[in-house]
Amino acid sequence: MKKTLTTTVPAALIALGLASVASAEIKIGASVSATGPAAFLGDPEAKTLQMLVEELNAKGGINGEEIELVLYDDGGDANKARTFATRLIEDDEVQAIIGGTTTGTSMSILSVAEDAEIPFISLAGAIDIIQPVKPWTFKTPHTDRMACQKIFEDMQKNGFSKIGMISGTDGFGASMQAQCKDVAGEFGIEITADETYDPKDADMTAQLTKIRNTEGVQAVLNPGFGQGPSIVTRNYRQLGIELPLYQSHGVASDGFIELAGKEAAEGVRLPGTALLVAGLLADDDPQKPAVTAYKAAYEGKFKEPVGTFGGYAHDGFALLVDAVTRAGSSEPAAIRDALEATQGLAGTTGIYTMSAEDHLGLDLSAFRMLEVKDGSWSMVE
Amino acid sequence: MSEFLQFLFSGLTVGAVYALVALGFTIIYNASDVVNFAQGEFVMLGGMITWFSHAAGLPLPLAALVAIIATAALGVAINKLAIGPARGAPVVSLIIITIGASVFLQGAAQLVFDKQIHSFPAFSGDTPLRFGGATIQPQSLWVIGGALVVFVGLWLFFTRTLLGRAVLATSNNRLAAQLVGINTNFVMTLSFALSAGIGALAGVLATPITLTAYNVGIGFALKGFAGAMLGGMGNPKGALAGGFLIGLIEALTAGYLSSTYKEAAAFVVILLVLFFMPQGLFGRRSTERV
Repeated sequence: MKKTLTTTVPAALIALGLASVASAEIKIGASVSATGPAAFLGDPEAKTLQMLVEELNAKGGINGEEIELVLYDDGGDANKARTFATRLIEDDEVQAIIGGTTTGTSMSILSVAEDAEIPFISLAGAIDIIQPVKPWTFKTPHTDRMACQKIFEDMQKNGFSKIGMISGTDGFGASMQAQCKDVAGEFGIEITADETYDPKDADMTAQLTKIRNTEGVQAVLNPGFGQGPSIVTRNYRQLGIELPLYQSHGVASDGFIELAGKEAAEGVRLPGTALLVAGLLADDDPQKPAVTAYKAAYEGKFKEPVGTFGGYAHDGFALLVDAVTRAGSSEPAAIRDALEATQGLAGTTGIYTMSAEDHLGLDLSAFRMLEVKDGSWSMVE
Repeated sequence: MSEFLQFLFSGLTVGAVYALVALGFTIIYNASDVVNFAQGEFVMLGGMITWFSHAAGLPLPLAALVAIIATAALGVAINKLAIGPARGAPVVSLIIITIGASVFLQGAAQLVFDKQIHSFPAFSGDTPLRFGGATIQPQSLWVIGGALVVFVGLWLFFTRTLLGRAVLATSNNRLAAQLVGINTNFVMTLSFALSAGIGALAGVLATPITLTAYNVGIGFALKGFAGAMLGGMGNPKGALAGGFLIGLIEALTAGYLSSTYKEAAAFVVILLVLFFMPQGLFGRRSTERV
């Protein structure tokens, strides 16, 4: 049973008839980091949520009920996120919360949501958010551990066993560095050089020279996001290093190729989502309808390319709409139970199948191994 | 040997960026004793306005010129609207005002421009230059050259021109400077315009290497400030030497020790220098300023 936003909603509309008056609204709360250090993640998330709510209400809402979105901007501040989560629950009386752009803000929101027993769908990466499983908390982005596994799987296929790592010292880079080191052994991979850089650094040639001069390194992995990976990629070519370079899902966007330069980015591999290669998806790909619909709507409305992070918000909203539709009720407990019972929902990030033990519902197949070829992303098979 | 050269080039590239930012601090400091914490935002504006105008269709040199002039005008506006009305307030208050200006500029930039990371093409292409087995980006030479040109310009300005001496006199004693006929208001306006212009130039030169976004200013300001403190606040020679020193220490530590310690190493050196030479390497002794 596969459902997408585009098929579920009209079906629900037909079932209930358009005549039903928008009675008790469904109130959804959101706290994302539309400004502050994580703005380039939170901004597309906020835009996506607003756009989807508008779209859905124009089509008649869920089960004939309009949706009201209460959106706050926590600026990436965990304390503000906690305050907003409390306000969403106590003052705005929302039935569910989407948000928590960063791991820090997600952790704040989830503690409030768990206490108040309100379902919460997080948009942040860390595995700690859903492990151990918390009854009311779900999340849409794959974990950095899965990204490491996907990359190492590809390295193993290519016969690499000794690699160098150069990681950003920001939260994303540091967390992924730790996860990758933790799972490397399972793939028979040894990390022989382990360097770091500050996300604000302007030049990483010193670290890369060290990695290049390390005996036996067969490939290099760069966990990080923001401008760091672009500079690493440029410096990599500047030094003329011929080894394969792997980047993380943190820079899976067309912007990365542009910033690093088409020549420098050539041959870079990373685990990305279907959203990035929407045009390359096979026609029978289950994710294709969701991906192309979101891409067309977002790019048409905001005149900027879609990104992985806006996609997380899209999937969070799709999960919620699907759950409310199936639950036939906007009671928080009913929504929670329906969320946990999500089966084969195709989003932009992957196909979600939740269970009582798994509140993420994605596996490694959600990632596609991508490579830059002739200045644009292509799929590696 | 080629390894050492590579670390050296890395250090010079980064150091030149720090030095350019540090040089921007000197003029306002010399005119008013105020450490202008909005200096990093000038660097950000230099990069962002250039990118914005370039994307809007202006040729790169013209876009850079627009950025420098617009940023200089903004510097003047900050002086007139924020620093000016608080004239006579203690230096600490003025420094806090510059922090406010910095927050304001950052917020405005994210509204006027956007929240994405941007870059524009390097001036002389991306083909790295090879020396003795090591490589350097042609853009690094632009930044290093820019730092040297600004340094020579500032040094000549402060030592060889009447106007430069008027700036120093204003800093030493505003009332006395006024009494000998120096238009101190003009000196302040000029120093903000020059500082902002130099900051924007740093942003224009560095962006093809460092990339730019609305929030890069603080990072630039911190490192540039560290460079200026190490060399001696207010002295162009100190700003240049301090900036390059920090860049070199970082690169050599990352290369020979571990990249984990590179920031720490730079700050340990700064602490040690300031402990034994509180005025920095080339700073004036405070007794001369009474």
